[in-house]
Amino acid sequence: MRGAGLILAATAALAGLAMASAGLAAPGPRGKAPAARPVTFTLPEETIPEDLADAEGEAVVNHCTACHSLEYLVTQPRGKGAQFWKDEVAKMVNVYKAPIEPADAEAVAAVLARKFG
Amino acid sequence: MTAFDRRSLLSAAGLAAAAAPLRGLAQSVHRTVQMPFANGTRPLIQLPGKREMILLTSRPPQLETPFAVFNEGVITPNDAFFVRYHLSELPLEIDPAGFRLTIGGHVERPLTLSLASLKRDFAASEVVAVNQCSGNSRGFVDPRVAGGQLGNGAMGNARWRGVPLRALLDRAGLRAGAVEVTFNGLDGPPLDAMPDFVKALGIDHARDGEVLVAYAMNGADLPFLNGYPLRLVVPGHYGTYWVKHLNEIMVRDTPFDGYWMKTAYRIPDNDCTCVVPGQKPDKTRPIGRMNVRSFVTSHTDGQRVAAGATTELRGIAFSGGAGIARVLVSSDGGQGWSEARLGEDLGRFSFREWRLGITLPAGRHRLMVRAFAGDGEAQPLEPRWQPSGYMRNVVESLTVEAA
Repeated sequence: MRGAGLILAATAALAGLAMASAGLAAPGPRGKAPAARPVTFTLPEETIPEDLADAEGEAVVNHCTACHSLEYLVTQPRGKGAQFWKDEVAKMVNVYKAPIEPADAEAVAAVLARKFG
Repeated sequence: MTAFDRRSLLSAAGLAAAAAPLRGLAQSVHRTVQMPFANGTRPLIQLPGKREMILLTSRPPQLETPFAVFNEGVITPNDAFFVRYHLSELPLEIDPAGFRLTIGGHVERPLTLSLASLKRDFAASEVVAVNQCSGNSRGFVDPRVAGGQLGNGAMGNARWRGVPLRALLDRAGLRAGAVEVTFNGLDGPPLDAMPDFVKALGIDHARDGEVLVAYAMNGADLPFLNGYPLRLVVPGHYGTYWVKHLNEIMVRDTPFDGYWMKTAYRIPDNDCTCVVPGQKPDKTRPIGRMNVRSFVTSHTDGQRVAAGATTELRGIAFSGGAGIARVLVSSDGGQGWSEARLGEDLGRFSFREWRLGITLPAGRHRLMVRAFAGDGEAQPLEPRWQPSGYMRNVVESLTVEAA
């Protein structure tokens, strides 16, 4: 199921689970000896940026958050045009092998272009 | 090495949460900072092992150092050191007792080493070196390009301690015909088909005695987010080679053609490592040594200073391994330049502090700082452009108001 569109609530739920069992355990003193205890890390809670929190943004949220948080999208420079977003989505599909059907990829790129292009 | 399988949890949670509306999730309230470029509002966040830092992305976590930290001293504190990941499956638990580093491939004796063995069985070595993201300052690139939209805080300077890579390769014994060495860490891709983050160095570079497998940073274990328990330290080279959570070193008798060397992190293969903005290079090569840079750390753009009195300017400069020979400062927009005093020399890979007292008459003044490396390389007065926004090192300038 990896790569299926997961929604952010999943990550929030995970964060809650992880928080219950882990914090950042202190490693050994000054690197002189191996720490006795495992060192853990908890990912920060993710949120849906306002720009993507509407019905049109849903496809973007579902596809993109399968692999990364949404700041990757909303921090990109604005006004770069539709081709910028087509290229970015194509890179995700072709290079990073995001399992998105061509029609969905086109739709996601179009939404991003409308919102940020 | 992972306490639980995050992916299966995500899948299970995803099913349970699938019907939940997208709206209505708690929005964390963070203080924000405004980076000095368009669409540059960023939250400040405090993650485990770190002080409050600038959040670029949450998954994988990417943090930028608030620039004021660089005025605290030439060593960047561990809890303020920038964080950069590529792929979102980072380990969420690492057991130092069970952790093993393997050295294999084209060697006589493949090795599997514990942290205890690395610290006990090999002579330790130290270097003070700058780690800088290839895309540091990308947010200032004009025209803007896709990628992590960073200010100037994706860099840091630390005292790294570890085992020289050469010692490990010698212990394993290179077989004839070894040409490259690859480095992989515990972090991985969220999809099996996605190319894992693996980097390569040429065999001579790997054996130069400068490259370290580091287990300590500024006298402490590496912070989790900076690669605990081991990271590669490649002094003078961009951070892309400084593989975090390093657990696999492979010697090769053929060149490595993985995505992160062959396709990503490529720069124009010409003298200026640049192209006309908007154009693509004819030929590329893997990014390598850092170029020379300098910054004012004592003052920020738009700051007011006292007219007719001495203003003590301070900053940092560094290069890709040639040290810093000179730092020049202009207070008239580049017409005249004065030589700054250089601070303590912590080695040719380190930040070097510079200081200069200047007296400004009332009015607005454009300050510029320009460093010259020990090999004569100087910062360019005009920015050079790359399609990926790497290697920005134009002379920095800021305006102060004397009154």
